[in-house]
Amino acid sequence: MRTQLTHHDADVLVIGGGLAGCWAAITAAQGGARVIVAEKGRCGTSGVAAAAGPGHWWVPPDPGRREEAIARRLAAAQGLGDAAWMARIVDRTFRTLPDIASHYQYVPDDDGRIRHHALRGPEYLRALREKALAAGAIVLDHSPALELLRHADGGIAGARGVSRQGAGGDWVVRAGATILATGGCGFRSHLLGGANNTGDGLLMAVEAGAVLSGMEFSAFFTVVPADTTMARTMIYSFARYYDEHGRLLDRPQGPHDNAFLAEALTHGPVFCDLSATPEDVRRQLPQISPNVTLAFRRLGIDPFQDRFPVSLVGEGTIRGVGGVRVADADAGAGVEGLFVAGDVASREPVTGAVSGGGAVNAAWALSSGCIAAEAALARVRRHGRRADTPADGTGGAGLAHPHGTTDAAEIERAVQAEMLSPMKQYFRTDATLSAARDRLDAGWTALPHAGLAPTPHARARRRELAALTATARWSTASALARRDSLGLHRRADAIAATTPPAHVIAGGVDTIWTDLVPAGEQA
Amino acid sequence: MIELVIASRCTGCTACVTACPRDVFDPVPDGPPRIARQADCQTCFLCELYCREDALYVHPDAGRARPQDAAAIEASGLLGEYRRASGWDEWAGNEALRNQHWRMEDVFRRARDA
Repeated sequence: MRTQLTHHDADVLVIGGGLAGCWAAITAAQGGARVIVAEKGRCGTSGVAAAAGPGHWWVPPDPGRREEAIARRLAAAQGLGDAAWMARIVDRTFRTLPDIASHYQYVPDDDGRIRHHALRGPEYLRALREKALAAGAIVLDHSPALELLRHADGGIAGARGVSRQGAGGDWVVRAGATILATGGCGFRSHLLGGANNTGDGLLMAVEAGAVLSGMEFSAFFTVVPADTTMARTMIYSFARYYDEHGRLLDRPQGPHDNAFLAEALTHGPVFCDLSATPEDVRRQLPQISPNVTLAFRRLGIDPFQDRFPVSLVGEGTIRGVGGVRVADADAGAGVEGLFVAGDVASREPVTGAVSGGGAVNAAWALSSGCIAAEAALARVRRHGRRADTPADGTGGAGLAHPHGTTDAAEIERAVQAEMLSPMKQYFRTDATLSAARDRLDAGWTALPHAGLAPTPHARARRRELAALTATARWSTASALARRDSLGLHRRADAIAATTPPAHVIAGGVDTIWTDLVPAGEQA
Repeated sequence: MIELVIASRCTGCTACVTACPRDVFDPVPDGPPRIARQADCQTCFLCELYCREDALYVHPDAGRARPQDAAAIEASGLLGEYRRASGWDEWAGNEALRNQHWRMEDVFRRARDA
């Protein structure tokens, strides 16, 4: 089939138009760069922040306060945090986030103060889109990237992808620097806003030579009303949970908060009771999180009177931690011309072995986006765009033309059966992980023959499936490599702690490798 | 998943076609957009925020289609709830609908201290 090809030149290409990608685009465009954002869906509604409400790690520069906040966070990071990166994102977020007031309508609190760090997702991402456009960035919506392009000397030269809307066809962006801001991987669970987050950037980065870190920290599950996507957590801080016989479930404290629900759900339905929610919070909820109330209303549930069934949705590396190992203080990916921002990067430097939740992850997304953009801009000033020199594709899996009969949906289900099983993920053992590895390897081997038609949608999907499967393999291999329990990674068969603290790094595409790197040996 | 594009309300502006992060709609000349890829819907409800006519209805069930009766949904008062509760567009000046997202950290704190 002949397809139309659209060619663009840019100083900086940003792949992904969510929270991190938008801040990167704004920063680079304000710095004078010609910036193109290639977004799989719609910049402004795509990504997990758009449907949620990110706070941001927010510490004013008062004497001692930041040092104290960072010391607390370092302790929580269980040896895998980096004080310098923490200081960097606290400072950057505090200085930069208030700039969004040009496009976001802050509402003062009851004391008349503006809380700059707390933004509602749909309005925030709409504002980021508008701010990026106002700064001069060019946004390609509905334009999933398929692979990175590389110069003969190894430097990244841009990317190519497809357009899903309009005339369709292929696009190529040649750029002097490329920022991956594609988000984490939720393994296509029903996580709110997470369906586009299939690990594409992880696959593209590894194909280009980057290394991953912390992929074992991917066991994270959030409560939702049964069968829904509504993974907003605030209201569940008042929750009590019951089994089908009306017995109250014990709720332990700790990083594996919801493991008790995973166990209870293996015995039967679990019901949530929110009757402990204060009256004023009930009244305010529609204006705090409008989507939470509308989901209940449409299901005919009064959440403060009725006990309603819940399920768990997997968050994978999104509220987990792992991703591309940040190689330096410029948010470089360890590959010339390639930078990482937001959840595609490992957030171990700022959160260590535990989840960064919404606040630290949002501060990381903003700050890594800005830092990557400044470094990208500096690189373009040194080396230029190099748009006229030849560049080749780096991608493999899922890009070949289909010629087999393997059922793509079956591979996706097999990946999900491993990665979205709360029991398998919360109670990992050498035996369960080895079995998962073998099944995922089988899926990977079947991939190139995934039988899909060559439309732009189908080509993007085939590549997404490759990324999902690759991400599952890296997560599983990393979980096998860390033989003790640490933070989000729990080994039911843990023998002894890894001392001194070490990162599990991983890479490879067809053949996956892992290694242990003592903490402190990174940027 | 997305269940309804209500023809009597739709002006054919195609805002939903571009706003949907999952590209589930196809534009139709001189008519309401078609739900072309329902199974791709991620049940994020964001299309509803971008539909000024409140012509869209997303059912909270993300796992399977839940066909809805357009007349019953019209009568239910559920159309447009997200846009209204969010204070978008013509609701922007309404004091009662002001964004109170900033309360979230306080609510978490109260729950912790309870």
